[in-house]
Amino acid sequence: MSPFLAIAKRELDGYFTTPIAYIFIVIYLVLSGLLTFYLGGFYEKEQADLSAFFGFQPWLYLLLVPAVSMRLWAEERQSGSIELLMTLPVTLWQAVLGKFLAAWLFIGLALSLTFPIWITVNYLGSPDNGAILTAYLASFLMAGAFLAIGSCVSAANRNQVVAFIITIALCFILMMAGFPLVLDLLSAWLPASVINAIANLGFLIHFQDLSKGVLELADIAFFVLVIGTWLYATAVVLDLKKAE
Amino acid sequence: MIEVSKLSKNYGEFLAVDALNFQVDQGEVLGFLGPNGAGKTTSMRMLAGFVTPTAGDARIYGHSICNDSLAARKIMGYLPEGAPLYGEMTPLKFLRFIADARKMLKHEQTAAIGSVVDTLQLGSVLQQPIDTLSKGYRRRVGLAQAILHDPKVLILDEPTDGLDPNQKHEVRKLISTMSADRIILVSSHILEEVAAVCSRAIIIAQGRILADSTPQALVKKSEWHNAVTLQFWKNSLSDEEIEARTAIIAGIANVKRAESNTIEQSITAFPKDGAAIIHDVNQLVAMMKWAPEQCRVEIGKLDDVFRAITTQ
Repeated sequence: MSPFLAIAKRELDGYFTTPIAYIFIVIYLVLSGLLTFYLGGFYEKEQADLSAFFGFQPWLYLLLVPAVSMRLWAEERQSGSIELLMTLPVTLWQAVLGKFLAAWLFIGLALSLTFPIWITVNYLGSPDNGAILTAYLASFLMAGAFLAIGSCVSAANRNQVVAFIITIALCFILMMAGFPLVLDLLSAWLPASVINAIANLGFLIHFQDLSKGVLELADIAFFVLVIGTWLYATAVVLDLKKAE
Repeated sequence: MIEVSKLSKNYGEFLAVDALNFQVDQGEVLGFLGPNGAGKTTSMRMLAGFVTPTAGDARIYGHSICNDSLAARKIMGYLPEGAPLYGEMTPLKFLRFIADARKMLKHEQTAAIGSVVDTLQLGSVLQQPIDTLSKGYRRRVGLAQAILHDPKVLILDEPTDGLDPNQKHEVRKLISTMSADRIILVSSHILEEVAAVCSRAIIIAQGRILADSTPQALVKKSEWHNAVTLQFWKNSLSDEEIEARTAIIAGIANVKRAESNTIEQSITAFPKDGAAIIHDVNQLVAMMKWAPEQCRVEIGKLDDVFRAITTQ
């Protein structure tokens, strides 16, 4: 087995030997359901689509993904096990990617467990299943982007609570980057061209296109690039701070 | 063979390790001695590939820890200070993970895990979460992962810290049995340990090597080496008599000085340059017709040497 897979397997195992996995999945599924049916007005819309469901996914991730990502590295640094991991014949990249993959697969599993809602909408009407699949992909990518950010913040902190809060704040800003909420704040000091660039970096804008079922390669590439960049940053931070 | 050349590490202004130079050959057990904060752990972390040196390099069987760290780590087993582990795992799962991460094949894994479990007597706790194990067992799990792949180089940072005397004895026995065909580096601030297991000792303080010798040779540097203590019967002598006899002993040719302890009713004679003075003292005792309860030659205290060297 390659070290990369060994690390991913150990990490994924860790979720299920502690109560983390079960608590996370139950809370995620219950909240997804409540938000879709009560706040989203799934029935009242009388439309055979899952926009009521996917519209709330980014907000759920904003709260729950940092709870998964906060322990990725902070826990290793706190307990000192990072010294054990980094002195195995394992490259930094194998460790960073292995841990990220495990967390991403875990969230992917939680996401896939929302399939009853997909069955429900197919039972009630005839939705565009291609669009739903695209929206699932968008949710998965968005979760991956939040995880990659969380991974980097977790690498920079020993304290999991601090990592959790900073990750939420960072994800919120990046999620809302295309909206007046963030842009108005920045437009006072930054030139218009920079503001434009920042507006294009907003996660929610790219997510909304995809979640409506528009399979745009640029949006997918955006999320892949965000994930790659933050994972690279994770490796850099770890290299600098692992022994502190 | 390990060749360390000008290995240095500073944290900002603070010089943790200052240009270490030494070599270790196969079959040697090298003890790293030093007060807390001397740079022992930082040096070991650099060799193990966890801390990047600020300057200098070390070669582990030819593999540079700076440019070829992965190859160096492959032939090395490392027990970090405090033996950190993944607490939620069981020792069995943990050892399987280490074996996977070290790319051991399935059939090798079974044999290797069986062997270290036997050596370290972990059989009864294999299925319990590591968090629930006693300190002794946790340390042994840490040792098990370090020796799992039968490494040519073994680096153990305070392997017996916090163990009870029986467990310490077991760990030392393990180090001795493993020492023949590999290099073992052990750090400790327990001096008796170094004397017990190491074939060579390096004393470091403030990041510098202050002594590099065998434990036996280090002991000889002690003022107490070959000193002779005369113990008199309880309450047999007055303080004045003790002082008088101390003065007489101090007059022996090879005696540097003599020290009295009126409460213990004993006199200790320290030799010049570690000379053997027991014969002279015996002759004097016979001539003066003193009748001590016992007369003993001191071996020397590594503690004293350590203190003398590290507080210069």
